[in-house]
Amino acid sequence: MLASERESLRREIAELAEKYEHKRDGMMPILEAIQEKYRYISDFAMQEVARQLGVFPAEVYGVVSFYSYLSTEPKGRFVIRLCRNLSCEFAGKQAVARQLENELGICFGETTRDRLFTLEYCNCLGMCDHGPALLVNDDVYTEVSPELVSDILEHYRRTFGPTYAQKGGSHG
Amino acid sequence: MASVIHILERYEPGSGLKKALAMSRQDVIRAVRESGIRGRGGAGFPTAVKWNLCAAAQFPKKFIVCNADEGEPGTFKDRLLLSERPGVLFDGITIGGYAIGAKLGVIYLRAEYTYMRAGLESKLAERRQQGLLGKNILGSGFDFDIEIRMGAGAYVCGEETALIESLEGSRGEPRNRPPYPVNTGLVGAPTAVNNVETLIACAHILAKGPEWFRRFGTDVSTGTKLLSVSGDCQRPGVYEVPWGISVAEILHIVDGEGAKAVQVGGASGRTVPARQFDRKLGFEDLATGGSVVVIGPQRDMLDVAENFLEFFVEESCGQCTPCREGNPKLLEGVHLLKQGRCSIGYLRELQNLGRTMQVASKCGLGQSSANAFLDITEHFRAEILGRTGGQGEKNE
Repeated sequence: MLASERESLRREIAELAEKYEHKRDGMMPILEAIQEKYRYISDFAMQEVARQLGVFPAEVYGVVSFYSYLSTEPKGRFVIRLCRNLSCEFAGKQAVARQLENELGICFGETTRDRLFTLEYCNCLGMCDHGPALLVNDDVYTEVSPELVSDILEHYRRTFGPTYAQKGGSHG
Repeated sequence: MASVIHILERYEPGSGLKKALAMSRQDVIRAVRESGIRGRGGAGFPTAVKWNLCAAAQFPKKFIVCNADEGEPGTFKDRLLLSERPGVLFDGITIGGYAIGAKLGVIYLRAEYTYMRAGLESKLAERRQQGLLGKNILGSGFDFDIEIRMGAGAYVCGEETALIESLEGSRGEPRNRPPYPVNTGLVGAPTAVNNVETLIACAHILAKGPEWFRRFGTDVSTGTKLLSVSGDCQRPGVYEVPWGISVAEILHIVDGEGAKAVQVGGASGRTVPARQFDRKLGFEDLATGGSVVVIGPQRDMLDVAENFLEFFVEESCGQCTPCREGNPKLLEGVHLLKQGRCSIGYLRELQNLGRTMQVASKCGLGQSSANAFLDITEHFRAEILGRTGGQGEKNE
């Protein structure tokens, strides 16, 4: 990480900590904000959060490693979370899972080489009456068929990149 | 019996809140007590007792927390309530806050429902403008506000003490109880943690009176319950039914007749085999947070057990030994059963382990994680024992 990047991250964390009055109960929103922006929480970020909140870095690591939405490794621009609950299983989750792997060329738990997609399972999205369900960042897709998988991925491939950024949009 | 619609029916905005604020705190709690309502999240603790303990605690600060960490597999009624009935929910939280003497309510929303957050925030902003939140609500002199905090993907945070740990910025590991959150909760202050559906029901109770609520359900389980029905049935969705309804009646409503089993209460619930479909939903027998998964005749019960145990292996917080070590052991047992390589003696050992987990685990997650395994190995012995051909046989 460049020194200038470190400096800006340090500033950002200081601002976030200020917002939550440097209190321990601001930890989750601070970590969630860092995760959302950088797609992971680096060692440096964890140390800075610890310093700002007056706790040990190991405690911050303990929190980051506990929650499935926080990660110490960089995630892709779009995180795909396929629901693996029983109802989605009954509705044909397995075929969707296979097709996702085929289209992306990665297995579950991996990130594509272009850092665009991360593929994960998640536990019950609460869409059991419309399974199989998946999330792409915060967007919900229900009744997903293997056929639909490539359309969904194509949508995100198309909405990401220089042309999209110029239009001023963002997804997730 | 057709499904009924009461909690989901029209509710004049602010009506329950207006009535509550015109009453004394004790009278609000009395109305809730007379309704007989018990927590809708699954555990069924009487709501009035919780509020009363919280109200009686002497402390400068108090909190009411709305548990919107709907993570139980197969449950999606709160998703519907949060998106369709947020106003009633905010009324319920404000009523609870008034009853216990809190100034702040916190909605703990699960990370998977992030897409709802913006909508909820704007509804909260509207309420502040309407004078339904903020200083001196409806001229009553009561100050109250509601804040939304996000979860980060951990099933165990639906357990109230784990949820509080998470709000405090820690790992979501359940606490030893006592002390209970009603005494020592969020940042040490007395805290009432209530389910979304409970708070909405309380708003209706205040608006329509406890007698109205008691008209539905049974003596022990009063009122109606929202069920999230999914799985092998023609009409999955959210249904409102009176407590005391039988599994068979539910299957009739959702057109899921012919099922070989029904999972009531999600992964932590009970597996009810077809011959017990006359069992009734209620705190007397099948208590549930509302998850009903219909398991059709074509399904392999070991797949069901495997799905749930994989879930618990992943979601166990790892704090106490029975749950952390027990679940992988049970999952391994399911794999052996699938391969047809499990002796009756070993199965008995595993069942004993499961029963040990039920009594020796620290929190509700661990205590209930062996339920499905125990039910399936008890009720479906003919199906699971002595398989030949090893794993993958069912696909042939």
